[in-house]
This record gives sequence, structure tokens and C-alpha cells, in this order.
Amino acid sequence: MKFLPLLLGSTLFVAMAAHAAAGLPASAAAHQNVAIQKFAFAPKEITIAAGTTLVWINHDETPHTIIASDGSFVSKAMDTDDRYEHTFATAGDYTYFCTLHPYMTGTIHVRAAAAGR
Amino acid sequence: MKTPPIIDQTQPDPIDRERRKALGCIAGWAGAAVVWSVAGGVPRALGATDSGVKLTAANAFTFVQISDTHIGFHKEANPDVAASLRRAIADINALEHKPALVVHTGDVSHLSKSEEFGQARELLQEIRVERVHTVPGEHDALDEGLGGYLKVFDHDGRQRAWYSFDQGGVHFIGLSNVLNFKLGTMTSLGDEQLAWLKRDLGNVSHSTPIVVLGHIPMWTVYAPWGWGTADADAALALLKPFGSVTVLNGHVHQILQKVEGNIALHTARSLAYPLPTPGQEGIGEPGPVKVPAGELGKLLGTRQLTVVRGQHALALIDTPIER
Repeated sequence: MKFLPLLLGSTLFVAMAAHAAAGLPASAAAHQNVAIQKFAFAPKEITIAAGTTLVWINHDETPHTIIASDGSFVSKAMDTDDRYEHTFATAGDYTYFCTLHPYMTGTIHVRAAAAGR
Repeated sequence: MKTPPIIDQTQPDPIDRERRKALGCIAGWAGAAVVWSVAGGVPRALGATDSGVKLTAANAFTFVQISDTHIGFHKEANPDVAASLRRAIADINALEHKPALVVHTGDVSHLSKSEEFGQARELLQEIRVERVHTVPGEHDALDEGLGGYLKVFDHDGRQRAWYSFDQGGVHFIGLSNVLNFKLGTMTSLGDEQLAWLKRDLGNVSHSTPIVVLGHIPMWTVYAPWGWGTADADAALALLKPFGSVTVLNGHVHQILQKVEGNIALHTARSLAYPLPTPGQEGIGEPGPVKVPAGELGKLLGTRQLTVVRGQHALALIDTPIER
């Protein structure tokens, strides 16, 4: 019985990968969260499959923003508990920061969703 | 009945008519009130309602600095920032030596919302002073840049956040260092503003006392938190030839100072909530600090400044709103 959760998790992962490979709309693909807390992004660096939607959630009492270094995505100011999401359709490496606190930086590595594409 | 745009409704004496005219230029202030005086070219700070320092010259030019009011903030660190501002206003209105003007060194609002700017303007109108001048903080520049701020706090109708004016023998300069944020670096004034500053100072004699207003400190207080201005040195170089230069900043919600030759730089308390000291042990980030009830007012305050004839430095008095 001990291996069952692991098995389920693996099945889910395979299913998600299959969806992405089948070219389903981004909304059907994975969502992953990035926490904003204590003036930092957690995780600071993340690797995701193309089509994944990242959701940033601000847990600080101070407003923060998200802006890509190349300007490809920009959030409005997020107050406490506010969210911002962006779907990454194209493979590539993206750096971003908070315009209010430019020392808050993060990196997103977007990889092609499946080898068959 | 004359009803100028900004009115002191509480004391309708003849002087108030003049005050109203001046208040029409309100740019906004938020945070701590500090009274600055200029006597003979040297600003000194006097605390609001502070009896410890007596102004010797009856004609000394006195003004007040407040900062970081963060109107719209309502979290645990200060659930009622409007009340904190009102206490500061009561202190300013009670000053024995009436200030000629009030300056607000930014973060008037918390989230740049139009209702926050509107409420701030209404509150600032309660100050019985000729003029309130503001410079923007980064909290006033969210989402739409300075568009929302300038709708309410445009100093001279030019739709830009920097300006200068002369009052009481002092040349005042308001600067904006809250728009040029780039990844991994401190904020900056930018070349356009520096070029304007150079032209502006070209018309001012070196014996004229200069007071510079800017939100983020114009010296590097603590780079890991972005507490500094990357191109501040270029601005200070332009100010170096002047005999008395006082730079008034906010942003860090605490009193810090630095003196470089004839240039004295001071940050002020907030009127919203305290922030940690730079790199404070146990606190890894510059977020609002929660303090026990009754302690908050001791960490918020105003600054009174007086220009004292024959002295290079302004007399400063910082006064907490809870004493």
C-alpha cells in the first residue's frame, strides 16, 4: 500500500504530459504556483513545459509587481493575496523582477512540451 | 464666499485666504511631519510642537516635512493611516512658529488608486499652511505610471513630477526617482531630469540655500533593499557648488542622515508604519514592522525645519506623533 500515492502521482504526471503532447489548449495544461513572500519569489527559478500557466500569489503586506525583462509579460500591482497569471506558450528562458523592488528577481525556463512536437 | 480648491475650513481668519491660494498648489504629502527652517541660508529642523528649540529670529523661514502617508494602507501594521496623518496635521496646525509651507516626500498613496489620491488631497487640505508640495513615491507610480498622481498633484500644470520654486529665499527643487526601475539595480533620476536640473540650477546663485525633495534616498543607504538612487552622484555633483544644500528624502520610514561637504541628506519618518533598520537582524526584507499598540505613534512623526541666518545647515526637529 505504501507505493500507491507515488504510483498515482506518476500516472497523473503521464496524463498531463499526454495532454500537452496532444496540443490541448493551455487552459487544460498545468498550472504552477510561484509564491511571493518576504520580498522574494519562491521558487526563484523554475522549469516548466510550454503551455504551463504560472500563477504568482502575493503573501506580503507590501504590493509587488511582475515584469519580464523583455517586456513580454507585465502584471498590475498586486496587493496582499492578489494573483497574477501568465501562460508560457513558447520555449525559452525568461527573467523577471518586481518594479517596486528590482532586487526581487526570478527566472523561468520554458521547455518544449513533448519530444514528439 | 470665495471657495478656492483647497481650503482650511477650521479657522476662517484673513490669513487663511492667502493660505488657500497657496494650498491650491498642493502636490501631496504622506508620512511624518518635519518642520524645516531656513534662516540666513541654512536649513535647520524643528520638531512639530516642540518647545525645546526656540527660534531666535522672528523672521526665520520655517517649513515642515512629512512623508510616506500610504493612504489606502489598512493592514495590521497600521489599520488607520488617515488617523495618523490627522494627528500629524494637528501638530503642524499647533506649531507656535507657523510654517510657510509643507513638503511631502512621497508615497502619498499606497496603491496609486484615484480614491487614495483624492482622500489624501482632502486630508492635506486640513493643514493650515500656505502650500503643500509633494514629490511622488513608487507607491504613487503603480500600473499607470504617474498619470493618476499628476491628476491630483501636478505642481505646475506641466504634467511632470519634477519642478522648482523659490520661497523664503530658498530655492526648492522637487525630483522624481520612482519610475526608472531596472532589474537588479537601484532606481534612478534619469538623463532627462538631470539635464533639467542642470538648467534649473544655472539660474540660481551659489549663495542661495537649496532644498531638494525626493522620495528614495539620494545616497546609498542599503543597496540590497534598493534604498538608494543609482545616479544620485550626478545630481549631487551639480549641487556641490552651492553653499547650503539640504536633501530631504522619505521611503525608508526612519530618520537617517549623511553629510557631504555643504550637502546634508536626511530621510524622514513615515506617517503610516515603521520599516526595519537596514539589514536589521532577524528581518530579511523591508516590509511593514508590527509594533505593540501604543508604540506605533512613537515611530511615526513630522519634521520641522528652520533656515537660520548665517548658518549653513537647516535646523531640524523631528517629532513623533505620540509623545
